[in-house]
This record gives sequence, C-alpha cells and structure tokens, in this order.
Amino acid sequence: MKKIERAEESAFPARREGTVPLLEIMDLSISFRMYGEGLAQRVLEPISNLYLRVYPGEILALIGSSGSGKSLLAAGILGILPPNACQKGRLLYKGKDLNPERQAALRGREIALLPQSVSYLDPLMRVGAQVDGYRKPFPREKRRSIWKRFGLPMQTEKMYPYQLSGGMSRRVLLSTALLSEAELLIADEPTPGMSLEQSLEALRTLRQEADKGKAIILITHDIDLAASFADWMAFLYAGVTVELAPARDFREGTQALRHPYSQALWRALPQNGFQPIPGFQPYAGEEIPGCRFADRCPYQTELCRAALPPIRSLRGGEVRCYHGT
Amino acid sequence: MKNLLLRLSGRFFLQLLKMLALLLAVSIIAFALISASPIDPVQQYILNLGTAVSPEQRAEIAEYWEQDTPPLTRYLSWLSHLLRGDLGESSLYRRPVAEIIGERFWNSISLMLCAWLFAGLIGFSLGCLMAMNEGKWADRFLKRLCYVLSALPSFWLGLVLLLLFSVWLPIFPIGFSGPIGMLSENISFWQRLHHLFLPALTLSLLSFGNVALHTREKLIDVLHSDYVLFARARAAGKWKILQRHGLRNILLPALTLQFSSFAELFGGSVLAETVFSFPGLGSAVAAAGLNSDVPLLLGISLFSALFVSVGNMIAELLYGLVDPRIREAAR
Repeated sequence: MKKIERAEESAFPARREGTVPLLEIMDLSISFRMYGEGLAQRVLEPISNLYLRVYPGEILALIGSSGSGKSLLAAGILGILPPNACQKGRLLYKGKDLNPERQAALRGREIALLPQSVSYLDPLMRVGAQVDGYRKPFPREKRRSIWKRFGLPMQTEKMYPYQLSGGMSRRVLLSTALLSEAELLIADEPTPGMSLEQSLEALRTLRQEADKGKAIILITHDIDLAASFADWMAFLYAGVTVELAPARDFREGTQALRHPYSQALWRALPQNGFQPIPGFQPYAGEEIPGCRFADRCPYQTELCRAALPPIRSLRGGEVRCYHGT
Repeated sequence: MKNLLLRLSGRFFLQLLKMLALLLAVSIIAFALISASPIDPVQQYILNLGTAVSPEQRAEIAEYWEQDTPPLTRYLSWLSHLLRGDLGESSLYRRPVAEIIGERFWNSISLMLCAWLFAGLIGFSLGCLMAMNEGKWADRFLKRLCYVLSALPSFWLGLVLLLLFSVWLPIFPIGFSGPIGMLSENISFWQRLHHLFLPALTLSLLSFGNVALHTREKLIDVLHSDYVLFARARAAGKWKILQRHGLRNILLPALTLQFSSFAELFGGSVLAETVFSFPGLGSAVAAAGLNSDVPLLLGISLFSALFVSVGNMIAELLYGLVDPRIREAAR
C-alpha cells in the first residue's frame, strides 16, 4: 500500500487575503464539432463549466478519471487547441483576460507545459538542441547549469530521446520548463509508468519549484500522490469541476470533503475500504441539463436533474452541489 | 565510425546477395514465360531477315537457336553466355543486345532522372504545402488534383501534352531526342533538353501525385504528434516547426519512397517513350515485344530488374545511414 509522508507543509504564504490568483478559470468549456453519419454534426464537449484558481507558490492537483478532459485543459490554457475545437468561458492570468494574443505571448515564456513522456521530444533530434528551444541565442550555459543541478551527465546533450532512461527523460523535460523561468507550470500526468521512487522524486522536484513561488497545475489521476504533495485539489467529473478543496481535507477523509463524487473517490481508494459506486461517468457527447453526477448520487433530487448547481463556497473550499455540507 | 562502416558494408553484402538471387529468379521466370509463349524465334529471325531462305539455311538458323534441345539445356546455355557478358544478338536491330541496352539506357537515364527529380522536388514541396494547410481550400484543391493525376494513364497524358504543346501551340517538338535529320554529335545540350521536356513532364506527372500525397500524409502525422504539440507549447511558430521537426522526420521516408519508385519510373517510361518516339530503353522494350525480339526482351527484362533493385538497395542503405536510431545502435 502506498503511504506517502509529505516532508513538510509549504512554507510559501499562499492565498493570503487580497492576493490575485495567478490563473483563474471560470465556466470554461471546450467542444469539438464532429461529423457523424451523413451530414449530421455532433458536438462533443469534453470540458464544460470548468472552474479553478491557482495561486503563486502552490500546487493545484486536477483530479479526474480518464475521459474527463484533463489534458485538453492544458492545450486550452496555452491556446494550442486543434483548429476544430471551440473554447468558451473566461481565463484570467494575473487578473487580466488571457486572450489568444496574450496566450501566444506567454506560452513557453511565463506559462510552460511539462509533458508526460519522452514522446514529446523529436525522436530524430539531439536532446541538448531540443531543450535549448527555438529562440536565439540558445540558452546553452543556463541549460547546462540546470542539468548540473539535476545530476544529468553532459554527454546527454548529444543523445537522442530513445537513448534516455525514464529518470533522465523526466529531468530533461523538466529542464525545458525551468529554462523558460515560467511562473505557471502545467504538469500533464508526470508520473504514469514510473516506479513509486521515481514518482516521489518527480513530485518532490515540483514541490521545490512551487515552494520557490511558481504555481503548478498538476494534472493527474494518481490521487494518493496528489493528496500528499498538492496544496489544493480540483475534482473533475465528466469535464465539470465539482469541488475545489484543500488537499488536507482529502487526507482527513469524507467528513471534510464537500461533494459526493470526491467522497466516493476517497472511499474507493484501497486503504479506505476499496468501495466502488455503481454506474459510470457520462460520455462527453451526452447532453445533460442538470448535475452530471446525479445518476450515481445518493442525495439526488428533482432539482439536481433540472439544473446544474452553481459553484459555491463552503467551509473554506468550493463545491458544485445543492446538498453538500 | 569504423563500426558503422562495417555494419553498412555487412548490410550492403546482404543486399547484394538478395539482388543476385532476385536476378536469377527473374531470369528463370522470363525465360520460362518466353519458352511457353507462342513466339517462334526462328520464324521471327527469318521474317526479320526480309529475304527468302533455303531449307539448309533454315536448319542452320534453327541449330543456332537450339530449337531441338530441351528448355532446361537451352536456359543453361543462355545463362552461361550471359555470365560471360554475352546477351546475344537482337533479331530486330541485328546488333548485340548489350550494346543496344547500353546506348538506349543513356538516353533513358536522362529522361528518367529529369522526371524523377522533377516529381520528387515538386511533389515533396506540394505535399508539405498541403499538410501545412490541412483541411483548408488549398489542401482540398491540391489533393483532388493529385488524385486525378495519379489516375490518368501516362500514354493518354502524353498524347494530350503533345496535342497542346506541339500541335496547337508549337513550343515543343513532337518527338525524338533531337531534331530530325541532324547527326547526334551535332545536337546541342539545349536541343536535347528541349526534346526531353515533354516526355519528362509526362513521366513525372505520373508519380508526382503519389509523392505529394505520401509526403502530405507523413507530414500530417508529424504535425499531429506529441512533440509538435510540445513545440507549439514552447512558442515555436509554424515554419520553425516545419524546419526543425517536420523536414527532419519526413525526409527519410520521402527519400526511401523516391528510390523505391524506380519500378514505376521504368514502367512509365515504356509508354511515355513510345508516345514521344523517344529512343530509350522503354521504347526498345515496346519494339522488342511487338516484334518478338527474344534476346532483346530477355536482356531488357534482366536489366530493368537490376535497375529497380539497385534503387531499392539505395533506399535500404540510406535508412541505415540517415536514421540516428539505426546509426547510433551501430556504435
């Protein structure tokens, strides 16, 4: 059983009264127009009513099962969605509207993506040149000093991605993000396929970066690790944010959590009784007027099925539920 | 580096062996097909002589062609001559087959090379252009054009081009590799190029759509890859991505395709050269086939098999030389 002790609580005084969130997302929806049978068009909406806030110095873990649109969100924030995607809603970066022009100016500079695997590196290009990026003059000296700190041998720069070990490739990818001195890091599933030791090391590095003042969005479905290393957790159900909670609430258990889905997630963990709930998450194409979790919820009422609950503050967190207490 | 050379030469010898085996197989099949065909080489030889022959002469000719020996013995005797470099004498041209192939090949190679480069360069650039504009009108228009071009038969295309640019608009000559009535040593480079243009264009239009569509498909795969997404996340522009990731990843498959297209090139040249009366290998094949010139037909069959497999061999070796995943493994 995984039991991970967090070294210490974050020393960075995040979320003081009056601080502006580094990134705030409100009512974001990302949809795709697809061609179905004949000329009929279908609209897929993998993300809708997504809501989150992240402050400098903290890690926000974005939790959701596969198919809840987590990776799309990274592309949405960076403004690199595929051309057939349609994005609605409000994105605020440092309190100001994050429009496409601003996204283009900020991505790769202030907002960086930390990809999940070596497949995000060009297989036919030497690693060093790839990390150095696209802008001249290439920051070779700075990259070397980061690599020295990470304990990456210098001959790595002459290697091709397929020659990197798992640990090396993760450090190489992380060095791309640190080279940019980004203030916001979006880590897209950084741990799958790693051993527990490697995952812990990866998250420790992210924790260090957050403690230095960066804001990190950690997209993951490894709930244990997220609960141990993150400051806040955002729970996504079928692309909708259902709860924003301090990670400490999740470590405490169901009584501290606010939404029936996050409570069900907690109970489903092996160390908490391994209790599954019946049913499955709705498909992205389904149009559901009310709460998407209603079908599986023990507290559901007529109201839940009629209209999507608004997000509201509750006991220091936020929840999208009429009944949450 | 030494290891790499060693490895490459190992691959080279393996390819060489494969090629020899292939040539042997082609020689057997070609010989068997001709033996089984209703062509009577003796009768054909006598017809091509154009004069009457006495029964004694006829018997002599039949003996030269070993008409009464079993096919296997005949094949072995042909093969032993072949190995000594003797391909026999063409009954149509009355000259050694090797000499004809040598001469015709130099005419054909200029034609095929032009068509090959033209189709490769234009097809590759258009493929890139299509992929960069995937789904937009330029892509949709060019894609349809490529489909149409790949579907057109080359002889028909050749005739249309002749009609357009030699008959209605007399810009290009209607055929041959030089002006009619001029000695070949007096023909200038520009005159040769002038005569080469239409046949080369016909031949290149044949494979050009194919190259463009393949390039498009490959580049779209690359542009949809994780590493291009990451490059975009790191603020790389469209052209920067093409230059740093696109070309790097599609050049190798494109080169391989290019070298393995020798077969289509040769096949296409038969029709293109016939339409333009261009004195190359392709028109020699057509002539040999129509006039039942057995030695020439066998000789060219073998030669074309050699030509195509050399192309494939170059493609194979290039892979080992260019792809770092293969190259570095040899270190």
